[in-house]
Amino acid sequence: MRFERRLLLRERGTGVLEKLWQIPWIFVLLLCAVGGVGYVALYSAGGGAPEPYAAKHAIRFGFGLVLMLSIALVDVRLIARFAWLGYAGGIGLLVMVALHGQMGGGAQRWLDLGGFQLQPSELMKILLVVALASWFHKASWERMGNPLFLVPPILAVLLPAALILKQPNLGTALITLMVGGAVFFAAGVRLWKFAVVLGIVAVAAPIAYEQLHDYQRARITTFLDPESDPLGAGYNIIQSKIALGSGGFWGKGFLQGTQGHLNFLPEKQTDFIFTMLAEEFGLVGALSVLGLLATVIAFGFLVALRSRHQFGRLLAVGLATNFFMYVFVNIAMVTGAIPVGGVPLPLISHGGSAMLTAMVGFGLLMSAHVHRDTEWEAARDEQ
Amino acid sequence: MSRKQREEERVRGIFGRRALALGLGQMGLLGFLAHRLHRLQVDEGERYATLAEENRLSARLLAPPRGRVLDREGRVIAGNQLNWRALLTAEQTTDVGATLETFSRIVPLTDAERARIERDVRRRRRFVPVTVRDFLTWEEMARIELNAPDLPGISVDVGTTRVYPEADHLAHIVGYVAPPAERDMDGDPLLELPGIRVGRSGIERHHDLALRGRAGAVQMEVNAVGRIIRELDRREGVQGQDVQLSVDAALTRTLRGKIEEGTSVVLMDARNGEVLAMATQPSFDPNLFNSGVSTAQWREWTRNRATPLINKATNGLYAPGSTFKMVVALAALEARAVTPGERVYCPGHMDLGESRFHCWNRGGHGGVDMRTALKLSCDVYFYEMAKRLGIDKIAAMGRRFGLGVPLDIELPGIRNGLMPTREWRQAQGRGWALGDTVIHGIGQGFYQLTPLQLATMTARLATGRAVQPHLTRSIGGRPVRGTRAEDWPSLGIPERDLRLVRDAMWSVVNEAGGTARVARLPPEMGAMAGKTGTTQVRRVTREQRERGYRVDQVPREWRPHALFVAFAPHDNPVFAVSVIVEHGSSGSAAAAPLARDVLIEAFQQLRPGPGGSFGARVAEAPRPAGPARP
Repeated sequence: MRFERRLLLRERGTGVLEKLWQIPWIFVLLLCAVGGVGYVALYSAGGGAPEPYAAKHAIRFGFGLVLMLSIALVDVRLIARFAWLGYAGGIGLLVMVALHGQMGGGAQRWLDLGGFQLQPSELMKILLVVALASWFHKASWERMGNPLFLVPPILAVLLPAALILKQPNLGTALITLMVGGAVFFAAGVRLWKFAVVLGIVAVAAPIAYEQLHDYQRARITTFLDPESDPLGAGYNIIQSKIALGSGGFWGKGFLQGTQGHLNFLPEKQTDFIFTMLAEEFGLVGALSVLGLLATVIAFGFLVALRSRHQFGRLLAVGLATNFFMYVFVNIAMVTGAIPVGGVPLPLISHGGSAMLTAMVGFGLLMSAHVHRDTEWEAARDEQ
Repeated sequence: MSRKQREEERVRGIFGRRALALGLGQMGLLGFLAHRLHRLQVDEGERYATLAEENRLSARLLAPPRGRVLDREGRVIAGNQLNWRALLTAEQTTDVGATLETFSRIVPLTDAERARIERDVRRRRRFVPVTVRDFLTWEEMARIELNAPDLPGISVDVGTTRVYPEADHLAHIVGYVAPPAERDMDGDPLLELPGIRVGRSGIERHHDLALRGRAGAVQMEVNAVGRIIRELDRREGVQGQDVQLSVDAALTRTLRGKIEEGTSVVLMDARNGEVLAMATQPSFDPNLFNSGVSTAQWREWTRNRATPLINKATNGLYAPGSTFKMVVALAALEARAVTPGERVYCPGHMDLGESRFHCWNRGGHGGVDMRTALKLSCDVYFYEMAKRLGIDKIAAMGRRFGLGVPLDIELPGIRNGLMPTREWRQAQGRGWALGDTVIHGIGQGFYQLTPLQLATMTARLATGRAVQPHLTRSIGGRPVRGTRAEDWPSLGIPERDLRLVRDAMWSVVNEAGGTARVARLPPEMGAMAGKTGTTQVRRVTREQRERGYRVDQVPREWRPHALFVAFAPHDNPVFAVSVIVEHGSSGSAAAAPLARDVLIEAFQQLRPGPGGSFGARVAEAPRPAGPARP
């Protein structure tokens, strides 16, 4: 209790105004640009009108912006302090979704929070990153070398991954594992240990395939040969590629995309929003958006490198990787490079849950940035 | 530097390297995505642009309305009527079976219908709609429209159906239409359209191409479920052309009311060969072919001994009997086998070796010249003529009159008949005896002629020209043939000979003793010239004759056929007519009065003017004004 009181006192001493000054406003502008791209795309997806997608998107983005800035002001040590509490909360939500969740697309993924649809698996990835960062933050070099020290964080990764897989949501489960793995990697876990894990995975994969649902297997087989079922499972990939390809270099023009506007493109306001953009704005537009998103990711790594404490570093790398995974999986999916899995493009796709979790993530990233020089020793000494 | 600080530095160093590796790896993967986008959008862009166009565009053919068939007064014989029908476009549904299943819960489909629909779906291109059900009631149509969201690929369309207002009166001439069969697919894309019909018989078949018109096309933008978003391009087709016939529908109706089963009447304009009426009994209703003839109906038609589907006027085969005697007379004159004044003695029979050939008049006619022989229809005179001529000269003259040869009329599948010759008989492996020649002199024997051929013969006798019977006056408002007698070549028979025969035919009807005295026309219509004929369908034995054979005491199907041919007015021929009453017993009693009634109706309804001309309204074709085509 003494610690907390001191921490709060220091917080007040640092000054909110000074912290606001520390917020990377250029990054905020960058995010606004991405959100603006989302508005344009959803305006087109709505048939050239702000309803039903674009207007909601703008409101959510505004709300998310306030949330993000609020989180940015929270002391990073406080975040570290409550990391595992948050993690436990996330697991609780996942268990709730398994027990009372809403069905969607044949899986229990959603939690209805009084009119607001929350997808806890999205939030869980961020909470996991925070928890892992706090775990490795305190680790000395010797402890890192001790395999037993790695057992709790590995379990911390596997537990939510298993719960998400159970929903079933193969894509998000895999992303969870990858993001967790990235934090392990950045924390300095020896490479041979990764090799051991990969070896185990290679052995376990065929067994896991047996456990997959038929629709998940269908996705994999369809991915291998999408033309084999042009009106069924392969339809989405084929139509998406047609839309992308027909956009050409300069695109068909705003609101001129035939694939999108004639509904050949499925889920154009959510998973396939990037296709919509690429059809109307061509390679030029697609690469511009990709460039914007890459800058957002690069900023995450920049924050990590500038942080003077391991928690901030790992938090930033984990969050940047999480964002990267969204971007990569979504665009690889719509270009037919990997199997289709319901992964939205954050800040651009229509959907409240994805927007909320993305903004929470960016808020945490900014907190790490604002508090990059925070001294941890005092707090640690107090323990 | 404390141990803690060194460790801090080490952790930071490892983190730096690893973060760099992660960051660069992620940028590399994003670079891979950029490369992939470039490949899709630039390297393969054109291919995908084409695919996007194919997605977006849908072509649809437009069926032009089928041309109408009109009678000489412009009355509609074959027209079009609105028809609601349900169509199925295969490319607009993912599961044809499921769509049909849902459809049959709204409008029940039989298994046969479903099989037909599924066959049509397989046979046609996926964007071509297939008819699911024709002739929907308004209520069925409304129920389908109401359930449209559950019926992907189904659309309700208002099309046209063929309608024949004259029903069975002109069925044999106008024919009927039916959906095209595999063999009809001549590459015309129009034939793939649902609801399209092709002519199956009669004028519908003969003028099918003109009536059909040419398909238009419309290119549309469609969305993923096939709904039409907008029309991009439209090419109008060419409307089917109206065909105007020479027949008079009202006259045909009247004539059919006067005749019994098994009777054929052919009325022609003697001067140009236009068929004015062709009436037979029984007939069929071509409207029944629209929705597909039921098996029961088809069985009734095909098993009926009176053969309602067969046009007896063009496909019924008969021996001409005494109506053929004019041909024999002209052949004899041409061959100089006889002079008009030469008298042949008729004792009532002619003996030839062992055989005796009877004249119809057992008492004999005494000495008869050609005119008298025709007027009294003396058989012995023509036995003698045949004996002098031989069968081949008779047959040659018969063919000049259109007997036993193909006629150039617009009716597919009509019979050419048979004009027997020595060669024909030998080809059958049989010899030709003199007795055969003799019997053929009175129009009996192997002859197989149609009522249309007899009418043609009569028209040629009346005009001396090789007129061809025909039905078409105009196509799309343009006349197709010359309507004047001068358009036809002369038969090459001396006018003197023809005049003799025509005069004899006049005497048949108008002189005392003529075989058709009963059939005189009312004086104000002028006089007709004609010839009776009675042909045995069953040989009458000597025994029967001796017991006193009476035709009204034998079963009807054993009685002879009654025939009559005539033209009128005799001095300026306008009409030529042939009448055959199957089993009518006597040409003079059954056929001649009917021919008179036919001519009276013709005079009253067609009203030939002073010069013999009579009206025919030229059809005003309902078509948009456009540049006339040569």
